Amino acid sequence: MTDRKVDETTGVETTGHEWDGIRELNNPLPRWWLYSLYATIVWAIAYTIAYPAWPMVSGATSGLLGYSTRANVAEEITAHEAKNNALVADLLAIELPALQPGDDLHRYAVARGGAVFRAQCSQCHGSGAAGAKGYPNLRDDDWLWGGDIENITATIDHGIRNETDGDARWSEMPAYDEIFSDEEINAVVAYVGSLSAPATDAVLVAEGATLFADNCAACHGEEGLGDPELGAPNLADAIWLYGGDPVTLEETVRYSRFGVMPAWGQRLSDEDVRAVAVYVHNLGGGE
Amino acid sequence: MSTPSLYSAREPIFPRRVSGKFRTLKWWILGLTLGIYYLTPWLRWDRGPSLPDQAVLIDLANRRFYFFWIEIWPHEFYFVAGLLIMAGLGLFLFTSALGRVWCGYTCPQTVWTDLFILVERWIEGDRNARVRLHKAKWDFKKWRLRISKWVVWLVIALATGGAWVFYFADAPTLLVDLVTGQAAAVAYITIAILTATTFIFGGFMREQICIYMCPWPRIQAAMMDPDTITVAYREWRGEPRGKGNVRKRDRAAAEKAEREAQAAGPGQQVRYKATPYPNAPIRLDTGEASLAATVKDHGDCIDCMACVNVCPMGIDIRDGQQMECITCALCIDACDDVMDKIGKPRGLIDYMALSDEAAERAGGPPLSVWRHIFRTRTLIYTAMWSLIGVGLVYALFIRSDIELTVSPVRNPTYVLQSDGSIRNIYDVRLRNKSHEPREFKLSLTSEEILQIQLSGRQEDLSVTVPADTTLNQQVFITARPQDPAASNHTTDVRIWVEDQTTGARAGQSTSFNGRDQ
Repeated sequence: MTDRKVDETTGVETTGHEWDGIRELNNPLPRWWLYSLYATIVWAIAYTIAYPAWPMVSGATSGLLGYSTRANVAEEITAHEAKNNALVADLLAIELPALQPGDDLHRYAVARGGAVFRAQCSQCHGSGAAGAKGYPNLRDDDWLWGGDIENITATIDHGIRNETDGDARWSEMPAYDEIFSDEEINAVVAYVGSLSAPATDAVLVAEGATLFADNCAACHGEEGLGDPELGAPNLADAIWLYGGDPVTLEETVRYSRFGVMPAWGQRLSDEDVRAVAVYVHNLGGGE
Repeated sequence: MSTPSLYSAREPIFPRRVSGKFRTLKWWILGLTLGIYYLTPWLRWDRGPSLPDQAVLIDLANRRFYFFWIEIWPHEFYFVAGLLIMAGLGLFLFTSALGRVWCGYTCPQTVWTDLFILVERWIEGDRNARVRLHKAKWDFKKWRLRISKWVVWLVIALATGGAWVFYFADAPTLLVDLVTGQAAAVAYITIAILTATTFIFGGFMREQICIYMCPWPRIQAAMMDPDTITVAYREWRGEPRGKGNVRKRDRAAAEKAEREAQAAGPGQQVRYKATPYPNAPIRLDTGEASLAATVKDHGDCIDCMACVNVCPMGIDIRDGQQMECITCALCIDACDDVMDKIGKPRGLIDYMALSDEAAERAGGPPLSVWRHIFRTRTLIYTAMWSLIGVGLVYALFIRSDIELTVSPVRNPTYVLQSDGSIRNIYDVRLRNKSHEPREFKLSLTSEEILQIQLSGRQEDLSVTVPADTTLNQQVFITARPQDPAASNHTTDVRIWVEDQTTGARAGQSTSFNGRDQ
């Protein structure tokens, strides 16, 4: 036994620690305190048995009560989705052009479509749907494949130039690098540029116009106004998917472009495809 | 060896029944405030179909606050902020003028404690009976009295918690739902919590709430000054205090001392033995004998403890100003009653300003109550209070039935159209606060040439907003390529909404982004 140190004034044993002449008494814990401590220990053990707690090699113990926050969330989501069943049925049944802005169904479709868009489409088209080089701005009034609700739905459903969907929008411009000489390419670029901006070299433009009429007008039209049936861009408007400056135009003419969009009908439910179409149509450019 | 306890147990307080003008006033205030609290949710106010007909209703689900003819929307929460500021300033005003008058008369803790003590007195008897019961063993009688008291308290507490939830839903419907067990869980939980707090705070904690839990008593000192009218004891009139037998004994001792001093002759010193001035020397030639005269001529306080026995806070007001005192004025009633009985003037304990002490000690009259109340400080508080009040009333009357907020879509900042024109998109929230659907027409004003268009429409610029609703409308503003707005950095724009029937209109400024970003 070591020496027991006892405080003279109170007769209580001390811990033997001393600071500036003050010694620490070693009083027993109050009984209620001690029992509370034991109770919390028992509680803690029982808790870890009842609820998911102990980390294992893969995952954790699931707990006797089968409590799971994931399951709770899934349940809540299912419950919320059940509330929308009637609206979803309506959305699947309605002819989309008949949808009126301001209707509950339209509002629902826009909200649902917005959520899908932010999750699936914003990676390329941007969270504001303003697009980027090569990815069309969905808020403007220029549509490669048509901007009415049915065309938008078809584009989303089947995608563009993908191999997975036989109904995908498909068109391909030849790469004129091998077909045209450098001079011819310059002339065509000058002519295409002159469709939407004042021309600088009238002779070159005239030469380009002939080449355009012979090679390009079949798809892009006599006046370069494009054709949504073929996905041929309008070359006379202010909007360029890849850029309207001579360098970019030359690149496009030489090597062509091949923008691809997945067939979302294979990845999303029908109601989601329709909802995204309504959302995109509602962004400002819908026809 | 005994160690000092670190915890001091509550001293039980058994306030005695008292009657008098302040008690009567307090009963009236109790009835009035409880009446307002319990009955308000049941008042009806017709707002037409589709709107609740409850006069005062906080409709959290639909985010509306109804107060008779006034309807507050969430964006008008500044009214609530304003009212809270007014309540704060009002508290400053009343405290600087009349001390803790809020605590003493209208604080819910005081009102409910009063009600609980009333029940306690009714079931267990007045102070002496309650003290006896407190000390008695837990026999059948004690259990019976205690349990009946607790049951009545619980009923009151339940009604208190119950009344609260009626402010948040249609009261008659909710009552039926509550009784049939169909009300929302939150209603039952709220009632349970408020029942528990009312029961515990009013029945058991009482003055402990005021002394230990409420911050207000601690702020008092900063709010009060010597001109504040508060409950005080006229010590110069009451002291030295003494009961009848004590007075006789003291008088005898003083007379004896005087005789001794007389017998000893001038220049000789005699020690005065008795209370209240033990060992005080008496010498006739120095006039110290007048001390004995003071002792003979007792103060008005007969030390009957009436003021202490009625005090719900368990303090002795004769000790002076105390943090515990809630200025409930019951000691005034108790003392006035005693003064009447012994034929002395009332007001030994009274509402008074401490700045009058010097004048009163010298025998002069105190300043008039109005001189104490109307002083710079209280006038400034009143002015601030009224200013905010007038501002709120003004805001209430000028607020329009229609409002709009405009948030420009800044992702993207602008959209280039195929014809080269520049379009900006705005999310416009249109609020129709009237109780019928309204047709609004949108327009815009700007120094530059711009076109406004509604999303999903061609030329039509009118929108119908259903009654009591906010409608989100996407609006496009477009600048033609050749117009300056298309190439400028930004152009100031104001979007207007006009009620087609009344002609009322509201506008909000925003800006238009051109190509030059």
